[in-house]
Amino acid sequence: MEVTEAVAIDHGLKKEEFSKICELLKRTPNLTELAIFSAMWNEHCSYKSSRKHLKKMHTKGKQVIQGPGENAGVVDIGDDDAIVFKIESHNHPSFIEPYQGAATGVGGIMRDVFTMGARPIANLNSIHFGSPQHKKTRNLLRGVVKGIGGYGNCIGVPTIAGQTTFDESYNGNILVNAMTLGLVNKNKIFYSKAAGLDKPVIYVGSKTGRDGIHGASMASATFDDKIEEKKPTVQVGDPFTEKLLLEACLELMADNSIIAIQDMGAAGLTSSSVEMASKGNLGIELNLSEVPCREEKMTPYEIMLSESQERMLIVLEKGKEEHAKQIFDKWNLDFAVIGKTTDTKKIELIFDNKKVAEIPIDLLAENAPIYDRPWKKTKLPQKLKFDKDEFKSLKLSDCLKKILSNSNISDKKWIWDQYDHTVMGDTIQKPGGDAGVVRVHGTNKAVAASVDSSALYCFSHPLTGGKQIVCESYRNLISVGAKPIAITNCLNFGNPEKEKNMGEFVECVDGITEASKYLDFPVVSGNVSFYNETKDKGIKPTPTIGGVGLISDYQQMLTMDFKTEGNLVYVIGKTDGHLDQSIFARELLNEKKGPPPTVNLFNEKNIGETVLDLSRKNLVMSCHDVSLGGILTAVSKMCIKGKKGIKINTLKGLTNKYEYFFGEDQARYIIEIPKDSLKKVNDILNKYSVHFDELGTVNGQSIEYKDDINLPIEELAYAHKYWLKKYMDS
Amino acid sequence: MRSSVIIFPGSNCDRDMDVALKKFGFKNQMVWHNDLSIPKSDLIVLPGGFSYGDYLRCGSIASKSKIIKSVIDFANSGGLVLGICNGFQILTETGLLKGILQQNKFLNFICSNVFVKVKDKQNKYFKDLKKDVLKLHIAHNEGNYFCSDDELKSLEDNNQIAVTYCGEDGIENETNNPNGAIKNIAGIFNNSKNVLGMMPHPERMIDKYLSGEDGSLFFKNILDNFK
Repeated sequence: MEVTEAVAIDHGLKKEEFSKICELLKRTPNLTELAIFSAMWNEHCSYKSSRKHLKKMHTKGKQVIQGPGENAGVVDIGDDDAIVFKIESHNHPSFIEPYQGAATGVGGIMRDVFTMGARPIANLNSIHFGSPQHKKTRNLLRGVVKGIGGYGNCIGVPTIAGQTTFDESYNGNILVNAMTLGLVNKNKIFYSKAAGLDKPVIYVGSKTGRDGIHGASMASATFDDKIEEKKPTVQVGDPFTEKLLLEACLELMADNSIIAIQDMGAAGLTSSSVEMASKGNLGIELNLSEVPCREEKMTPYEIMLSESQERMLIVLEKGKEEHAKQIFDKWNLDFAVIGKTTDTKKIELIFDNKKVAEIPIDLLAENAPIYDRPWKKTKLPQKLKFDKDEFKSLKLSDCLKKILSNSNISDKKWIWDQYDHTVMGDTIQKPGGDAGVVRVHGTNKAVAASVDSSALYCFSHPLTGGKQIVCESYRNLISVGAKPIAITNCLNFGNPEKEKNMGEFVECVDGITEASKYLDFPVVSGNVSFYNETKDKGIKPTPTIGGVGLISDYQQMLTMDFKTEGNLVYVIGKTDGHLDQSIFARELLNEKKGPPPTVNLFNEKNIGETVLDLSRKNLVMSCHDVSLGGILTAVSKMCIKGKKGIKINTLKGLTNKYEYFFGEDQARYIIEIPKDSLKKVNDILNKYSVHFDELGTVNGQSIEYKDDINLPIEELAYAHKYWLKKYMDS
Repeated sequence: MRSSVIIFPGSNCDRDMDVALKKFGFKNQMVWHNDLSIPKSDLIVLPGGFSYGDYLRCGSIASKSKIIKSVIDFANSGGLVLGICNGFQILTETGLLKGILQQNKFLNFICSNVFVKVKDKQNKYFKDLKKDVLKLHIAHNEGNYFCSDDELKSLEDNNQIAVTYCGEDGIENETNNPNGAIKNIAGIFNNSKNVLGMMPHPERMIDKYLSGEDGSLFFKNILDNFK
């Protein structure tokens, strides 16, 4: 086929990009070369719209061993132990084919982690669906959950936490973000930078098939009416092979045979080989006739673009081929020497003894286009003034029940019951808490992890929203007694070619950066997913933050369930009663305008450190952060989990109880403290100059507040626990 | 007491089982599925997971693996063979245990704490066990035990039903049956009660931080009965 501008455009390249390719190459590329360019220059692989802004991120810290730019980030957790982690999106494929899309998302992120020599120890996910009333939602949710479970359960890595939301902006573009944490000895981390000349390049894992061709390009475009035709671009996962690949790679990594290793993810063999050579400032020569193929007569074009799963590319020390082959034979996996490193700084492809492509590496990597796209700032919306009459017809207890059964607040047990969350025998905090916690096997340490996003806040004011999610992640980790270490982010946005969407991206990134700097909570890995748009309708900006923290003695872990009758309950942090953008305003006042709650980073840090200090002194019996739904929602969850009630004090100077109980002000926690430790706790709170309210006492089997609320916990639990199950069964 | 845990490709509870056995004092060793013989053992464990990817049918390919002949010989000579989850599925596929494990009634994978009632204590696993109801953990997609009427009758007549799903109070009813298993069956013995297959994972309940310690009772009891 003759390569023309039209062919280039069919491959997702822009007209100007095609002329730039011809100019850089000083000739017209052949079809295989064009395909390689299209794979490397698309948004998904090149980060061409986001790179300029991502550079601003706060990525360094005392515990950071590896920041962004590798397969995953790495942080030090002491005693030579390190945690490798990353979050990644699989949005586009999951909408087209929910089971395989979600499953391969989980497979892909786990490969990123074990590529670095780490054994995966926990999975998390953040999944977002359209309105519950939308006709596709139920099936998409069912398929995604089955896909995530089907893959993670089979590999035998526990899924310890997650987040599920519903919003009409995801009707045409669901989001599936998967995160994995792995444990590695910090002196045995493997990287993707090739080094040395004439070193054998090894292909291991599954055979290459015709699945997933153009997957990365598909994920770099918006959807239209013809998305059914895109099904063949979705990869098909085989968790069994991945489990074998995991064990085989870790076995080979026990010695010093590997120079560099890279999984074949988006854009398959193309991106993995180019990245390894580019990082090592080398060339690479691949003989495509040696690539193990699943189907007959595959062309170089197909081999280079296939996104078949469960494959790895390794640059090996010379002479170690036989040793490595024995390991992969033992695990029944394909193993082939398919090329070598060279000094040409080119990628050269041989097929049937003929050279079929030759491209200087820097044209694919460093010279890939970077765009400084125009963007628009979002103004902070005017704060709403609620009229007192609006609250008149409401009853506090009805409001509470309605909020607890809201799709975004209700219990997600129906989902996580389908994920194996206890395999590996170290899960000490299961899904449903503020963060999931797994022990570091054989030590006293435990690692906490949480995934969070707040699309409503980010949509209303991206800068505040960006800050808020980082703070929320920070709080969730502290709420389980963990010291926050670092984050990974998955930036899900609409079409970057639109100024509004690009502006949302830029300002969310600015917000994330500001908060992570202030809280010393650096970003160590992440990915960007643009073009979450169908027929011109984009999603609300949804940056997802995956936070990781450390509990140095796991016996000090906190949970949210109320423990002992008679203990006191405090709200730490000040409540101004911010209702704009709250669940309460949406659900009960039908009000969607206004700014998100203000984020005060000084308070976040100070209050967070106060709670950690209290917990280290064993003065906190249970803890939960106050977020969506405000104080009353948070306290209800603590009651439901602990199967204990609370008697709430008559609060002095309360002007509007709805604002107090349902306001979503930031930087707040609810803690249960032993009644005989009151003085100690108050002294510490005063030392940090932290505002607190004495909310009430753990008491009986109901939530009681004056004459307003007297609700048995069982009734609340019913409202909270069954929404999702009923929805899925209906 | 010496034990051996067989690793099949796709096993994923092999390490957990190794950790649990060693914690209670078993001298455990891991055995690869392609080996032809098993080192001298007093207990052989087939661990949970997805042996051979659960392809064809859960446990079916493992039941034809190289090592399995040694397992069958060991069982037939009276040795203790314990199959947990996928291990239970493998044992039914080899014919050492009766019946089959179908997909869960509600067609979903279930990961959850469960209570099981110990139905028979005249065997080397549960003899003198201090509790009648254990809190254990399940994580499976195909745990819905089924067998023919004749097989069920013979299981009942010979007291071969080992454990059944129940409530905390020991009551066995449909509400307490997580997967639709016939007669709430969670685990069964062979005729001579040296082979035990069960869906719940005792190895996931071996310290108080893991939402329960009843798994510890199970392992300690096997050791006590061996002495």
